[in-house]
Amino acid sequence: MAEAPSGNADNDTDNNAAEAFLQGGSLKHAPGPYFGSYGGRWMPESLIAALDELEETFNKAKEDPEFRAQIADLNKNYSGRPSLLTEAKRFSQHAGGVRIFLKREDLNHTGSHKINNVLGQALLAKRMGKTRVIAETGAGQHGVASATAAALMGLECVVYMGAEDCRRQALNVARMELLGATVIPVTSGSQTLKDAINDALRDWVANVDNTHYLLGTAAGAHPFPAMVRYFHEVIGEEARAQILEQEGRLPDAVCACIGGGSNAIGIFHGFLDDPSVKIYGFEAGGDGVDTGRHAATITLGKPGVLHGARSYLMQDDDGQTIESHSISAGLDYPGVGPEHSYLADIGRVSYEPITDSEAMESFRLLCRTEGIIPAIESSHALAGAIKVGRRLAAEAAASGGTAQDKIVIVNLSGRGDKDVATAAEWFNLLDKDSAESEIGKEGEQL
Amino acid sequence: MTTAQTTSKSAAAIDKARAEGRAALIGYLPAGYPSVEETIAAGIALAENGADLIEIGIPYSDPVMDGQVIQAATTEALAKGFSVSQVFDVVQGITSRTDAAVLVMTYWNPVVRMGVDEFSRRLAEAGGAGLITPDLIPDEAAEWMEASDKYGLDRVFLVAPSSTTERMQRTVDASRGFVYAVSIMGVTGARTSVSTAAKDVVAAAHAAGAERVCVGLGVSNAGQVREIAAYAEGVIVGTALVAAIRDGGVDAVAALTKDLSTGLSRTGLTEEEA
Repeated sequence: MAEAPSGNADNDTDNNAAEAFLQGGSLKHAPGPYFGSYGGRWMPESLIAALDELEETFNKAKEDPEFRAQIADLNKNYSGRPSLLTEAKRFSQHAGGVRIFLKREDLNHTGSHKINNVLGQALLAKRMGKTRVIAETGAGQHGVASATAAALMGLECVVYMGAEDCRRQALNVARMELLGATVIPVTSGSQTLKDAINDALRDWVANVDNTHYLLGTAAGAHPFPAMVRYFHEVIGEEARAQILEQEGRLPDAVCACIGGGSNAIGIFHGFLDDPSVKIYGFEAGGDGVDTGRHAATITLGKPGVLHGARSYLMQDDDGQTIESHSISAGLDYPGVGPEHSYLADIGRVSYEPITDSEAMESFRLLCRTEGIIPAIESSHALAGAIKVGRRLAAEAAASGGTAQDKIVIVNLSGRGDKDVATAAEWFNLLDKDSAESEIGKEGEQL
Repeated sequence: MTTAQTTSKSAAAIDKARAEGRAALIGYLPAGYPSVEETIAAGIALAENGADLIEIGIPYSDPVMDGQVIQAATTEALAKGFSVSQVFDVVQGITSRTDAAVLVMTYWNPVVRMGVDEFSRRLAEAGGAGLITPDLIPDEAAEWMEASDKYGLDRVFLVAPSSTTERMQRTVDASRGFVYAVSIMGVTGARTSVSTAAKDVVAAAHAAGAERVCVGLGVSNAGQVREIAAYAEGVIVGTALVAAIRDGGVDAVAALTKDLSTGLSRTGLTEEEA
């Protein structure tokens, strides 16, 4: 399929967009600021000039062959792209016998998809003449990636991280500091990822002249959702080309985990305009969506505005943000990127919750069947892929085909080295008196 | 802004101060801190000691424009169970006993959640003058523009040192009552000096046609009030009042307001200094 022109998703209503898609229109390259009724700029006036500057710089850069060449070079020679597309044959046996392929973002430098976005934004920061970047982080993955990009490009880096997360992820704090970043523990509000974003925004408004806010996910005010997606589109483009090359056909389904949704929007983008490909986003169901302790924003949230965008949001009847819960720090966020809210409303992508237990079972299964330790975030996508695989297998059987004819691609967004303490505690692998046991316990309380 | 001048409570309060040869004093208090009753009592004390307008903040879970003092106060109010509907009790409690114009300052999501029309209707019923919206820009305000017209409420948008000429014009045009000039690039909190940027922002707002521009962020004492009163129609004090109610209750709010109001005159020194 030829690359569709941009702008077609900028429709007046969701119904128009859905109809246009069904008639062969494009959902790709949605430019923002709005995705249906989502997105926008719900931000203090003080920051609008900086957002305008960023938007203009980004729009120029993506049309600039030199910038594109810089990105391509960094992706290849620094991050190690293209990442592999690996068939998980033994794991697939647990998914009704369909064929599951893993998009190996875990093999990127720094161990996750996060590097794609930070390299792009750090280059833009330099183009704007900014000398300092700030970032928020939950468990530390985006903070480490930001510190990495800043070190590579000679930028000062300050990372905001919840005080509790700093203690829980002491090794990631050390990694950031080794890379030359300053980590500031956040003690305001609920001291979680959302409060780290609040403090980063407070820093940005005071230092916007020399500082770029290197937001870690496809959320926030325009141009962040469309821009972060742009830097992650490489995931979907590679995966689509790889499956066509390896199998000569498109997959039946694509699965990814959703916190803010950057790895997901990156891989989804490659397949949005392929109507035969079903797309699934798996949110963190925590202890279960009926327990109140979860991060299933689209499944149970209501539209609202937070951190600059209108999107689905976990909130109470007063519009106060509700704290999310997940064993996976990377999915533990009460909001979600606005493009996902739109794709959910028009029905192009199905969003479903996966509980902590389901994710951890899939975590262990991938370790033991494929010799790959996945991030707990990505394990939500793996658990979802098992469910999708079984449904596809049933469909195949009903129509006289075989499960082996069905192909599912899972975005393995990150590696699980960072999660070993949490997993070891979950599976009771630690001696009770060990220091690791203490760390694991804290991790489990996420 | 011209069409609304006759109905704007905020404009009337500022114009009354102007007729007395001084700038208006605007005091901020977070609703429900330390309790709903004390917020009402402190609001009345503000009005009785020289404040012309009162700004009541709705405690919110993610106050990105607030510094530590206000964050701590609003977090405590939420922890004590403050609910958004109580802001109307606070507004009514003050407007029924004083002549001050009472505005609500709120981050936007609580209004979205209640429904913009419903929120506006209840605010108007409580005698409120309008809304100050720190994270709502005119670009996203279509629903609020409609509701504020329907219920005769003031819409106070913010302008900043970083606002371009084009955005300044757009914001001034969309505002009613007054325009809130952010004195510095930063969050709320007392500062030792008022940035020189404040004067430039006010001048730019005036040049864009704003008749009433009030300056906030970082203003905490009578000296700073005097400095700003020389070029703006109003002076907004927040963090210093929150610290006062925290440390000394309603009496401290009354005393600080009285002191702040000595800085409002444009016509030279106060008796004390003469």
